[in-house]
Amino acid sequence: MSTPNGTPREISWAQAINEALTEEMRRDERIFIIGEDIAEAGTPFKVLSGLVDEFGTERVIDSPISEPGITGIVVGAAMTGMRPVVDIMFGDFITLTMDQMVNQAAKTHYMSGGKLKVPMVMRTTLGATRRSAAQHSQSLHAWFSHVPGLKVVVPSNPYDAKGLLKTAIRDDNPVAFFEDKMLFQAKGNVPEGEYTIPFGVANILREGSDVTLVATSSMVQVAEQAAMMLEEIGLSAEVIDPRTMFPLDKATLIESARKTSRAIIIDEGYERYGVTAELAAVIADGAFYYLDAPVKRMGAMDVPIPFSPVLEDLTVPTPQTVLEAAKTLCGRV
Amino acid sequence: MTESAQSTSQIASVDREQWVHLYEQMLKIRVFETQANQLYLSAKMPGLTHLYSGEEAIAAGVCEALRIDDYITSTHRGHGHCLAKGARLDLMFAELLGKEAGYCRGKGGSMHIADQDTGNLGANAIVGGSAGIATGAAMSAKMRGTDQVAVCFFGEGALGQGLLYEVMNMASLWKFPVIYVCENNLYNEYTHYTETTAGTLVDRAHAFGMETAEVNGQDVREVYVTAMRLVERARAGEGPAFLVCNTYRFFGHHVGDINREYYRSKEEEELWKTERDPLTLLAEWMQAEGITDTAVLDQIEVNVKAEAEAAVEFALNAPYPSLDEVDRHVYA
Repeated sequence: MSTPNGTPREISWAQAINEALTEEMRRDERIFIIGEDIAEAGTPFKVLSGLVDEFGTERVIDSPISEPGITGIVVGAAMTGMRPVVDIMFGDFITLTMDQMVNQAAKTHYMSGGKLKVPMVMRTTLGATRRSAAQHSQSLHAWFSHVPGLKVVVPSNPYDAKGLLKTAIRDDNPVAFFEDKMLFQAKGNVPEGEYTIPFGVANILREGSDVTLVATSSMVQVAEQAAMMLEEIGLSAEVIDPRTMFPLDKATLIESARKTSRAIIIDEGYERYGVTAELAAVIADGAFYYLDAPVKRMGAMDVPIPFSPVLEDLTVPTPQTVLEAAKTLCGRV
Repeated sequence: MTESAQSTSQIASVDREQWVHLYEQMLKIRVFETQANQLYLSAKMPGLTHLYSGEEAIAAGVCEALRIDDYITSTHRGHGHCLAKGARLDLMFAELLGKEAGYCRGKGGSMHIADQDTGNLGANAIVGGSAGIATGAAMSAKMRGTDQVAVCFFGEGALGQGLLYEVMNMASLWKFPVIYVCENNLYNEYTHYTETTAGTLVDRAHAFGMETAEVNGQDVREVYVTAMRLVERARAGEGPAFLVCNTYRFFGHHVGDINREYYRSKEEEELWKTERDPLTLLAEWMQAEGITDTAVLDQIEVNVKAEAEAAVEFALNAPYPSLDEVDRHVYA
């Protein structure tokens, strides 16, 4: 892990991502990015604004609306000496890229007996509550996490987003990089200068002794708020952000659950067959004899994300629902 | 000038030795597939395989127009493409038998042979699944400033896949050096292509403003000179092309597809085997032209068969992967 040496400053998530790409593209001319409306438009979220001014349309490429096609050509380009990034505007659209990611990118290294490599990154989004309805609001990171051969990154703050994206670009494997679209304008401390964050190292954001809150991406801030509320009623919560779904830092999760004896997993993907199930199983497996309660899972409600704000807000965990779950787990009902 | 008239003048300009070499390449594929079938029938090969016999002129003719550093992507019916691009018989057989000496350490098998040393980016068992990879390889060649060309082999069944049209659109838009070679062997697995395919094949490429050609895929002379023309223009930066090769597979969809009269007649199969065998067509023409004689062709056959038998022997005797290989190479 290389560490930053610059002075502290606050920038937005979008700026952090923009910086990571700019720095990497200056460092390595094999890197290009392709996607829909990414050049002059800088993506609908304006995350990539200005990138085309420095690197031109040959390296910041506006594509047709062809998610399978652009993912496929990125796989081929990665196999033959380039280090591409493909931008999939909404995480819901990864369903269109499944064959290219699952059957092509993920398997090429193994099927070729280790001869071919696919050093590519797919940038995409997750997260609800933007009033974007059922096809622009899902958190489908579990889908790629299921597939051997892929790595999956779910940063939760601008600092991690920058450091993890740089690691993703330098990785020799296909990496899916999920960003919470609600956090693009969120600001955080991102020191100037070069740093990277290794995959597979969880971040303990807050130490505690009564309950472990394992939270991913958009749910980290929810867990942190819940931890503050718990503190007010005398309960001490430990908050852990795994940062990458694969590789997964199992040891840190297990160690924390052994210490606190209770764990809640909070993730914005659908609860059934999802990230929460996997992480809960990891903890149940590794900390069973230390647990005072079953591991609690909190994911998105198992319904298509509704449009109406009053309904949509019911579908995702909130600080309040996490607080209630933690109180129940700790016998404070 | 029509495609065939153009071809006739170009055929005359090809070095005679090249035709003999093409015969040897096609024969190598034919003999390989015959042996593969035997390995299946004698229960020495795990799983199934899809034989290329009958279609040899396409792989041989197209790959003859390529350099070793040009790229290809192949299909589930891919042995011919791999061999024509320069793969070795012994390492191919070893892969078919799941042996560690195989091209993919036994982890890929018949449908996934890849060999980066000969520019083979891998056979692909998803129909049309490599269209993106081939197009991306061509994009990469262009971006890196090389003059490499990529060839995407696929059967007419892949015309049902949307990915192909997405990448053809981009290849034409951005003038990528890629040739889409459609091997129309008439059957999408067990269904005649006319039952699944509206319109004409080449019109699909015309819609993207792409250079097209359609050839008799049983005539390696026509395939080769047409491929040469398309590869040269792609290499010169003039953009992609779509080449339809009309052909026929002599065996079933896979080696286990024995009783197939419900979808195609024995008479039809016999017609193609007796009158449209690419090896026979080339051999007869070479002899008529005085390019070579029976003695030379017989000697080629003896040599190729001996090489194939030794390769099979090597593969049968080669060890399986050690068990700790199972989770190696999941990640680079």
